Amino acid sequence: MSEAPKLFKVTIDNITIDVEPGTTILNAARRIGGEVTPPAMCYYSKLEGSGGKCRTCLVEVAAGSTADPRPMPKLVASCRTTVMDGMVVKNITSDKVLDARNGVVEFLLINHPLDCPICDQAGECHLQDLSYEHGKEGTRFEFKRRTFEKEDIGPYIQLHMTRCILCYRCTYVADQLTDHRVHGILDRGDHAEISTYISKAIDNDFSGNMIDVCPVGALTDKTFRFKNRVWFTKPVNAHRDCPTCCGKVTLWQRGDEVLRVTARKDEWGEVMSYPRPDGSGNQTGWICNTCRFDKKNTSDWVIEGLSNINRHSVISQGKYPGLVTPKETITEVMGGRDPKLLMDIHDVSGVNDPEVDLSKVAGAATSKTFEKKEQ
Amino acid sequence: MALTNRSIQVDRKPMTWLESIYLWNIVKGMAITFSHLFKRRPTISYPEQTRSFSKVFRGLHVLNRDEEGRERCTACGLCAVACPAEAITMEAAERLPGEEGLYREEKYAARYEINMLRCIFCGLCEEACPKDAIYLSQTFAPANYGRSGFIYKKNDLLIPNPLTEPEAYQKALGEKASKN
Repeated sequence: MSEAPKLFKVTIDNITIDVEPGTTILNAARRIGGEVTPPAMCYYSKLEGSGGKCRTCLVEVAAGSTADPRPMPKLVASCRTTVMDGMVVKNITSDKVLDARNGVVEFLLINHPLDCPICDQAGECHLQDLSYEHGKEGTRFEFKRRTFEKEDIGPYIQLHMTRCILCYRCTYVADQLTDHRVHGILDRGDHAEISTYISKAIDNDFSGNMIDVCPVGALTDKTFRFKNRVWFTKPVNAHRDCPTCCGKVTLWQRGDEVLRVTARKDEWGEVMSYPRPDGSGNQTGWICNTCRFDKKNTSDWVIEGLSNINRHSVISQGKYPGLVTPKETITEVMGGRDPKLLMDIHDVSGVNDPEVDLSKVAGAATSKTFEKKEQ
Repeated sequence: MALTNRSIQVDRKPMTWLESIYLWNIVKGMAITFSHLFKRRPTISYPEQTRSFSKVFRGLHVLNRDEEGRERCTACGLCAVACPAEAITMEAAERLPGEEGLYREEKYAARYEINMLRCIFCGLCEEACPKDAIYLSQTFAPANYGRSGFIYKKNDLLIPNPLTEPEAYQKALGEKASKN
């Protein structure tokens, strides 16, 4: 192969880019970035075989290729359609696409409960973002929402089947990362549900990555359950020397408590990739269950600094990178005497009690966690 | 140049003897003072008498219960994130089996505090609440000798239970009840 591989020229929303043959439209659009990129709920670039299920990434192909410039008759799923040379794709410039996406969001929300105030995923939920950007305010659905019996799938992962949109990402994680899969989609149609076979616990190593790939709050971290809202915790990048995984994580802290550990996410909400130590390409930074669930002390980690949060995200509220605190001068002026505090908030307030360490509580806090301090 | 016709040139002549004893000015001042004895008093004798507030008055917060007496708050944190003064803090807990009569949703606020020293009574928490759990009532936070009395905990904020204490509940609802 002496000659350079031929690149395909593809135009997405009037922006032209050269990509390798075999690239999907979605990945070509991600190369451009910004608003041109179609949203994706089921496609996950790090999971082989994912995509083609949720239909949120529908785009219009206005011209198939230079050789055959006829438009494609229907909207196509951009995560599963590869580009052709001279293809012209319309995403946000096409009214048809916006209308179709509106309908897809309505379909996804038919059975999705509106329990965002309770859901731990709120604030970093892809479905929440998608419905804000593309959805309608109301619903036309007049029937009862599909519900499921609650199922316990072990001490680490909390399953809320009602919130699931059946993207199959978690089954791909189980197939491609863990040693053996113990869960899958059971039943068909409206009854289809993520479940383990006869309430088996999911506890094999690397299974915690299901939480990170879940686009909604169907799979959440049980050790973080109801501990805090995502936007009140402070995300910091940290790493540790882990024998099984890359050890590069984001810690979600409250003060010095580590409430949650997740893998680091890139701009598409996917787990980041890092160059392999031996220099042969990239590897995805999945993290092991030990790092995710058992290392809840700040002393276990080497803190690198605040993680980069999109400033339009609610998580960025109250975070001030580059904040300079002015020097306290009272002690200096008073000749070395500290100011007399009229009230220390911790003497009065019951919230954030130093004696109740939420990161040490195994599951969600209950009334028992708090009752010993309640007068 | 004079901008209005109300500007008066200051008279800088030295005072006469009659002026320097201020007799006329004292009489003039006292006349104004005494005339107020015969006017309507603008003050009322609080706390025996109170003034009614406007319909949109934003006072002390109340944590609401539903018609079955369960707490509506699910500790979603939207009031705290909306609060411009960062006065609201909370800690959530999961509802245990057997506590269904106490809390409406599976998550509830185990601790809920409003620092009334920080609160500016803007009402954004009421607007942010998706569960109609918090609203601002028609009373204000009473004065206190110490600062610690201004940290309002959940017990201070919760409305009385409509099933066990219906009178206290109606009283707490206040003018909100007549609206519904």
